[in-house]
Amino acid sequence: MAETLTARAAWSVRSWWLVAAMWTRSIMAYRISFTLMLLANIATNSLDFVVLLLMFRHTDTLGGWTLPELAFLYGTSGLALGLANLLVGSIDALGQRIRAGTLDIVLIRPAPALAQLCAERFSLRRLGRPLQAGALLAWSLSRLDVHWTPDRLLLMPMMVCAGTVIFACVFIGGASVQFWWDEAKELQNSFTYGGATMLQYPPTVFARELVAGTVFGLPLAFVNWLPALRILDKPDPLGLPAAFQYASPLAAALCVLAAAAAWRAGLRAYRGTGS
Amino acid sequence: MALIELEDVRRSFTVRTRAGRLRRVKREVRAVDGLSFTVDAGECVGYIGPNGAGKSTTIKMLTGILVPSSGRLRVAGVDPARERTRLAQRIGVVFGQRTTLWWDLPLRDSYELARRIYRIPDARHRANLDRCVELLDLGALLDTPVRQLSLGQRMRGDLAAALLHDPQVLYLDEPTIGLDVVSKAKVREFLREVNTDRGTTVLLTTHDLTDIEQLCGRVMVIDHGRVVYDGGLGGLHAAGESERTLVVDLAEPRPAIEVPGARVVRVEGPRQWLAFPAQDSAAPLLASVAARYPLVDLSVREPAIEDVIARMYAEAVIG
Repeated sequence: MAETLTARAAWSVRSWWLVAAMWTRSIMAYRISFTLMLLANIATNSLDFVVLLLMFRHTDTLGGWTLPELAFLYGTSGLALGLANLLVGSIDALGQRIRAGTLDIVLIRPAPALAQLCAERFSLRRLGRPLQAGALLAWSLSRLDVHWTPDRLLLMPMMVCAGTVIFACVFIGGASVQFWWDEAKELQNSFTYGGATMLQYPPTVFARELVAGTVFGLPLAFVNWLPALRILDKPDPLGLPAAFQYASPLAAALCVLAAAAAWRAGLRAYRGTGS
Repeated sequence: MALIELEDVRRSFTVRTRAGRLRRVKREVRAVDGLSFTVDAGECVGYIGPNGAGKSTTIKMLTGILVPSSGRLRVAGVDPARERTRLAQRIGVVFGQRTTLWWDLPLRDSYELARRIYRIPDARHRANLDRCVELLDLGALLDTPVRQLSLGQRMRGDLAAALLHDPQVLYLDEPTIGLDVVSKAKVREFLREVNTDRGTTVLLTTHDLTDIEQLCGRVMVIDHGRVVYDGGLGGLHAAGESERTLVVDLAEPRPAIEVPGARVVRVEGPRQWLAFPAQDSAAPLLASVAARYPLVDLSVREPAIEDVIARMYAEAVIG
């Protein structure tokens, strides 16, 4: 069982890779347009941060967080969303594929449908966001005086990986809804892009109920807020046990289970198994 | 050996229609309603029926895309609903209106992806590709981006893509739709080759009955989700109660003539059209007409298969 599961996972990754490579080559047929799009992508993403900069011309802190600390949140949130979008973001076009009837093309190939759909329209120009977010994260780390302990060092990569997985699951979970309701894309966008924008700001500026919702509901707080509290040594507005600040991988694992279940249910509904 | 088996297969969809402002009425539509048939290895079967008869739903169930609501289904020894990806290795699918080729890439790249996705051994892939390239005349097109191909060229490209992994069954959904006469002929010639030489079982849906006449030894007519005819093309005439037409040119214009065993369907000056059952001989009818009226000329017209099928569809709607 475990063996077939790893084999299936490996085949999924390989399928994703094969399809993504085809799209990369397709897009390279239009090289100039690719370069322009990548630059435009970086520029538009940077505008978010310009807004933050403007805000800091009038104040030194926002919700008790300094500019480099905010840049840390901005960078980690953008990095996680950007990587998730790069890897699985194309899944949000599922509703269109269902309407156009091209989902069937995917289903007649001997490869997992989800992997193929995630790689569909794969484009390296989506590297714009994670590149820009990563650069900002590097800048913030150079300005912050983090007291680096082993657990904090470990939290950094853990946070980025878990955050990417959590956003990827939101993409996939949202896409699953499109099997029933093909206009669900906007709803999903409000959780992915909207969620990432929220995570660029400190949790202290939001209502407690909203922050609690991101811990116990849709667990976006685990993308960067909770681990950042530990890394930057900030007080937790909710006063949760310290274990929450290390729990991102666990939250990500739960997200994977939920997204997988949603995807299966959606595909089953499309194919018409059961009711 | 039966390669495709259906036993009382049914598939229904729930359709929600608006009734009033907020109320929605759920209605169950039976797209496929108790289909049972088998197709043996090596057969070439035409699967026809009017729009909405359940053809596409059947094909989607046979490819594992859709799961039947009830009944038993086996293709190449596999239950399509349970083992979709395993089945995919054994079937080839060509949708006339949707391409599986990569739009912005040369044809060659799509075949290379097929090699990897279907895990086709190198030597076999090369041999199959060479054969398809030769038979479909694709040599000059391999390095052309798919978007620059004509519809006929793209269809040939799609056919090759569907056969590289040596499928046991080939499903074709309207393979000649929108093609010009020359392209249609090429596609048919290739399909005949695939069916007879490779022994690939072919199931094709089409609205072009020439496809069936030239390719299929067996035709299945489906309507309202049920098989209304299954047999040879010739048998369709008897089943469809089709009529032949005797056209006579009389010496001078007359009112509609009266002879037993035939009825006049049209009169135009001295020319009259008499319809009689297709299985009856024309000789006695001709004799009785000639005995009573002076004839200048005559001809017998065979029924057009289109008319036969059109009548069959119409009857199925009533019955």
